[in-house]
Amino acid sequence: MVHWSAEEKQLIASVWAKVSVEECGAEALARLLIVYPWTQRFFDNFGNLSSPTAIIGNPKVRAHGKKVLTSFGEAIKNLDNIKGTYSKLSELHCEKLHVDPENFRLLGDILVIVLASHFGREFTPACQFAWQKLVGVVAHALAHKYH
Amino acid sequence: MLTAEDKKLIQQIWGKLGGAEEEVGADTLWRMFHAYPPTKTYFPHFDLSQGSDQIRGHGKKVVAALGKAIKNIDNLSQALSELSNLHAYNLRVDPVNFKLLAQCLQVVLAVRLGKEYTPEVHAAVDKFMSAVAAVLAEKYR
Repeated sequence: MVHWSAEEKQLIASVWAKVSVEECGAEALARLLIVYPWTQRFFDNFGNLSSPTAIIGNPKVRAHGKKVLTSFGEAIKNLDNIKGTYSKLSELHCEKLHVDPENFRLLGDILVIVLASHFGREFTPACQFAWQKLVGVVAHALAHKYH
Repeated sequence: MLTAEDKKLIQQIWGKLGGAEEEVGADTLWRMFHAYPPTKTYFPHFDLSQGSDQIRGHGKKVVAALGKAIKNIDNLSQALSELSNLHAYNLRVDPVNFKLLAQCLQVVLAVRLGKEYTPEVHAAVDKFMSAVAAVLAEKYR
């Protein structure tokens, strides 16, 4: 099991309390699709993804981004059992969606950059450490049920 | 491949750092040591406390190299040739670390630039740093 120090838990919670799931979720997913265009392969039914502007303005990207970051919140509520929390979601991504787990890592790093741009200097190195650890653990948990 | 638009965005964003390059370098290294502790293994001879002379000095070197790469963006292999030799033959830093440095540089830029660190700029910087990493790793074997 992953160990979280009291400081790490506090740094994760204090940032999360100020995150707009709707805004940051949409932005993180949009940036994933823009910065790593090959990730668009999973979203053929999303309509227009032809340019950064189209991606940012695409309502399906916004809605799905919110969904993804909302689900990320479940990890934060269950820091001591992230694998258990994502067991079903991991199966879904492996068996039905066939998503290469590398994508979870890319999205995690992008989320960190989005948080940095939102919070500025408040997003300290200690904070970045806690969040890099969290997105790493989440990506690992999502890849756990792959076989 | 970096597009003309990517190159323009990178040059613009670099221009905005005006005078803060040294701080950007030090912040990037400091974040890297903090967020990815194994990276410290390459610097056993450094004083790794925040704002140390060695972190500042090395940060300045990293940023100067990136500045040189940006000036010679159409010919990265040549611009970074010496640095590529140094990494392949002397330093032998595992190339996976270049990605970690790139992530931390992006966080530093995002912290400083906020909303100006747009998705388009983000994509351009990410591509640029991948290109730099590829050049630094090209002589390894």
